[in-house]
Amino acid sequence: MLEVQKLSMRFGGLLAVDQVSLDVQEREIVSIIGPNGAGKTTVFNCMSGFYKPTGGKILFEGREVQGKPDYKISRMGMVRTFQHVRLFTQMTVVENLLVAQHRHLNTNMISGLLGTPNYRQREQKALDRAAYWLERVGLLELANRDAGNLAYGQQRRLEIARCMVTEPKLLMLDEPAAGLNPAETKELNQLIISLKEDYNVSVVLIEHDMSLVMDISDRINVINQGKPLASGTPEEIRRNDDVIKAYLGEA
Amino acid sequence: MAANNLRHALFCAIVTLIISFPILGLNLEAKGINITLTGAKTSTYVAIVLAAVVVFVFQIFRDSFMGVLGKLPNLNPLAGREPMEQSKRVKLESWILTGIVIFALFWPFLVSRGSVDLATLVLIYIMLALGLNVVVGLAGLLDLGYVAFYAVGAYTFALLSQYTGISFWMALPIGALLAGLTGMILGFPVLRLRGDYLAIVTLGFGEIIRILLNNWTTLTGGPNGIGGIPDPTLFGMEFGRRVKEEGNTSFHETFGIAYASEHKIIFLYLIALVLAVITALIIRRFMRMPVGRAWEALREDEIAARSLGLSRTAVKLSAFTIGAFFAGFAGTVFASKQGFISPESFVFLESAIILAIVVLGGMGSQLGVILAAIAVTILPELAREFSEYRMLIFGAAMVLMMVWRPQGLLPMRRIHIKLNRQE
Ligand SMILES: Nc1ncnc2c1ncn2[C@@H]1O[C@H](COP(=O)(O)OP(=O)(O)OP(=O)(O)O)[C@@H](O)[C@H]1O
Ligand SMILES: [Mg+2]
Repeated sequence: MLEVQKLSMRFGGLLAVDQVSLDVQEREIVSIIGPNGAGKTTVFNCMSGFYKPTGGKILFEGREVQGKPDYKISRMGMVRTFQHVRLFTQMTVVENLLVAQHRHLNTNMISGLLGTPNYRQREQKALDRAAYWLERVGLLELANRDAGNLAYGQQRRLEIARCMVTEPKLLMLDEPAAGLNPAETKELNQLIISLKEDYNVSVVLIEHDMSLVMDISDRINVINQGKPLASGTPEEIRRNDDVIKAYLGEA
Repeated sequence: MAANNLRHALFCAIVTLIISFPILGLNLEAKGINITLTGAKTSTYVAIVLAAVVVFVFQIFRDSFMGVLGKLPNLNPLAGREPMEQSKRVKLESWILTGIVIFALFWPFLVSRGSVDLATLVLIYIMLALGLNVVVGLAGLLDLGYVAFYAVGAYTFALLSQYTGISFWMALPIGALLAGLTGMILGFPVLRLRGDYLAIVTLGFGEIIRILLNNWTTLTGGPNGIGGIPDPTLFGMEFGRRVKEEGNTSFHETFGIAYASEHKIIFLYLIALVLAVITALIIRRFMRMPVGRAWEALREDEIAARSLGLSRTAVKLSAFTIGAFFAGFAGTVFASKQGFISPESFVFLESAIILAIVVLGGMGSQLGVILAAIAVTILPELAREFSEYRMLIFGAAMVLMMVWRPQGLLPMRRIHIKLNRQE
């Protein structure tokens, strides 16, 4: 469903991403790994429309999306989380989820002011969907807290829930396990698998936690200094000499 | 550290001297057609030096001074108490608001004409501040040219009445819509700007509109302004002693009561009250609607908002448009109240005052903004003797507020939403 072809991104003199290709099929978890500064987040930023790539193509369900504005790409069903959590911190947890569902809501201002049946019905549906996902990530009790007051792990889960209420087809997670304790990482592991199995979402995952990556990925792409280094199943990557060298070199 | 402090304090004191000496210490006097420069009285020089010393001392002890200020809230015995339960609080708040509105309905019949007139002005400021609250408090867009939309509303009524003889009730929606349209048009060029840059550009827009009104003499009468703006009518009844418009009747004759000039003032007050209540209710509703949440999301994190499919253009423009719409509302009422308007009424200071109301009241909070509007408009009237120091007191209040209670008098409280557990 997603095909990235020879993606390049240049910042002035720095070629942060150089001819990176990857593809994602329906109901598949594909990981991008690589040392710090390899250009992983930059790939995400190009895919989600934050940067206009300087070269290459990105096809989502057969349509070229490179260079499209970010909000349009998101509306096509490709949503992301951020390496540094970006919540609407002064809004409550449930409001965060309602903001994300604006496309499912009746945004006609007149119907909103009048509170027409259609408006209220859609508002209620959005609330129910929010409640469902809050329950799913274990935050229902905290629904009316300010999002900024949640613990770090809870903020991470809320960010994923906020993506899921938009009913995406493809979810891009940028280091979702960063800063989580082992128990939380395990829960995250199960959550991501369930997103794929139970909700038919494809996932692109950037992650440094190797056990998590090896555990849940269907395929893995390794990039190093902006260049594609290897790609394959977890088994293949584990045995790849180049990858071992790159990671040992880093350590 | 200490030396650094000393140097900083010295620097501040010298800046004080440099700024205040030419402004206060030198006077321009017109003698015939010549202007001569004369010095001020000795007492002024002493005062300037004293001020510099005060600045110096304050800057040296600033840290400890600010520390003391920061601890002040502890003096408040209520500070540590548990927040009231959500449902109880909401009920209490709506009771208070209803009480205020009912009181406000009967109040003008009990007090003097001057008070009612002032109260109308307060209500106009409430409308303005509630509108600006959408732009600044909710959407987080620092707009320093808000008065421009107020001017558009007022001038729309003034011009239309002059050229077409339109009535207040027709002008009200037209003025508001035109102001909203202006808000949208001025919103386009600043879509990409945030924070300080946005503030500067909107400041410029505000001034451009004022200067345009000032210089387009053939249309607007320039600095002479426009007079003879009609008062509102009540179902075709006029409030003047004699009927001006063909086909209208007069209020006192219809009801067979003696003519009193208060009627008109009270009527205008009641119109302003109703409009202010409508403004508050509509904006309150907006805050709970998708558009209101989108404004806040954009304020909180624009990148995240866009990553969820919110279009920056639509969200920002809707905030600008709706904010400006209510300023147009207020402008029409203002024009009708004054009967005469000129660009003088729409200077930057007005924008600053409205912004101060929003900030003092607590960004986003409606009750806070209403209380602050009352305070900021009425206090200067009560303390007429201090009117020269108005800006000074104003500034001091702002600084104290920022140190002591940066979230404003009554910061916005989140609405709690009840969720049903899903299977
Ligand atoms: N907007 C930008 N302007 C200039 N350089 C940038 C920009 N964004 C990223 N870079 C550079 O591109 C390179 C890749 O950065 P990127 O954030 O994609 O790495 P990463 O693989 O996500 O690393 P990490 O594992 O630390 O998150 C870095 O050298 C970074 O400094
Ligand atoms: Mg990164």
